Amino acid sequence: MDFLSDHQPEILPGNRQLPPTQGVIEAPHGTTIVAVTFPGGVVLAGDRRATMGNVIAQRDIEKVFPADEYSAVGIAGTAGLAVEMVKLFQLELEHFEKVEGAQLSLEGKANRLSTMIRSNLGMAMQGLAVVPLFAGFDVDRGKGRIFSYDVTGGRSQELGYAATGSGSVFARGAMKKLFHDQLTESEATTLVVQALYDAADDDSATGGPDVARRIYPIVTVITEDGFRRLTDDESSEIARSILERRLQQPDGPRAALL
Amino acid sequence: MSTPFYVSPQQAMADRAEYARKGIARGRSLVVLQFADGIVFVGENPSRALHKFSEIYDRIGFAAAGKYNEYENLRIGGVRYADLRGYTYDRADVTARGLANVYAQTLGTIFSSAAEKPYEVELVVAEVGDTPDGDQIYRLPHDGSIVDEHGSVAVGGNAETISTYLDQRHRDGMTLAEALKLAVQSLSRDTNGSEREIPAERLEVAVLDRTRPQARKFKRIVGRQLSRLLEGEAADTSSDGDDSDDEK
Repeated sequence: MDFLSDHQPEILPGNRQLPPTQGVIEAPHGTTIVAVTFPGGVVLAGDRRATMGNVIAQRDIEKVFPADEYSAVGIAGTAGLAVEMVKLFQLELEHFEKVEGAQLSLEGKANRLSTMIRSNLGMAMQGLAVVPLFAGFDVDRGKGRIFSYDVTGGRSQELGYAATGSGSVFARGAMKKLFHDQLTESEATTLVVQALYDAADDDSATGGPDVARRIYPIVTVITEDGFRRLTDDESSEIARSILERRLQQPDGPRAALL
Repeated sequence: MSTPFYVSPQQAMADRAEYARKGIARGRSLVVLQFADGIVFVGENPSRALHKFSEIYDRIGFAAAGKYNEYENLRIGGVRYADLRGYTYDRADVTARGLANVYAQTLGTIFSSAAEKPYEVELVVAEVGDTPDGDQIYRLPHDGSIVDEHGSVAVGGNAETISTYLDQRHRDGMTLAEALKLAVQSLSRDTNGSEREIPAERLEVAVLDRTRPQARKFKRIVGRQLSRLLEGEAADTSSDGDDSDDEK
């Protein structure tokens, strides 16, 4: 933010001097985030686990945040830095909207996030990377879009589905087999929870649905009507029905061979 | 070299106040009223792009009469102040009282600084509370003083006549439609007592609605929703509920 860098540069994330360190700094890391588009919108979801090395740092962390009325960010990577980045990102979008009297375009929001990730490059090279997934409803084009990033701030638009974080490899595999372009909203929300289940199945840093503690993935939907986060009841319903099926079929739904 | 005439400080201040008041009086008036579910801002504004009312923060709205470039400057300053506060501390730590103080300081400094001309603006800063008792409305005249207002407030050219009119008719717990109609009636009274019609297209209306589920309570009322509220009879208060969800 231009005003902040003139006025109070010390509160911006990119402007902190870091002492040289040896090895990797231990800090809680967030893990898997997935997103899927469907006609009329986009779904962004994340598991609830934060890990620090081989320890589970937090069981019920929230990693998906609304960025503004029509977009959301899911964060993977160093949790503390990522949450701060999201906070600043939310602030920027709101500030722009109030000062200019109009919203940034979705493209503009995605570019802005890209710059913010790039300013974190120094930290990323010390092992404190932040790699978010950005999803939003493009009001001008009338459809949901997903943007993924790398640690250097490189931005790419993903068609259909995307995942980031340590479990993303497995989640992407699951989504690849389940995705088609005529999903309904409820199919899309089920699909992301299936993908997160598969990620948790094979990646120790990703948390599956925790029935005993009633901790379920955070699922958000962005459509023409704006951002909506599924209530605990709704997401527990999805997670439980998936769990029910997996008792018979532990590997989940099967795709056709040919 | 000529010697400047001596002007007494009293005279100098009186001249500056006179200058500012005249500038403000040239602009159209606007009113801010409390109603049951929040605070409504109503003003006559032929322009759709240059707003007199604006959102500052979650619960805080801003209204200004006078010179556009001067109050726009103050508005952006206010948005910056609020956003910076909210980012550094917490969203709950941004208050209308704090903002009004900052505005008062700014306006006061500019008013008494001999190097600058006084700002020809009069501001209203309003914050909606969880209950009507928690609502706060501050009026900030050109000289940097703060007036704590209740119920209704008018600023701009015809402010005195309008506020007398409003004081007599405004009561607590009005519906949005009632408050809006009262505001339009008060605005359509000219200085000489005659009345004129203000069409809905020339009105700028915004509310701070405490019943809105989002954290940001500020909302503009435009188009169909506005004409429905203006036309709807007082008995038509039952539709108030769905009005609030209509927009955005």
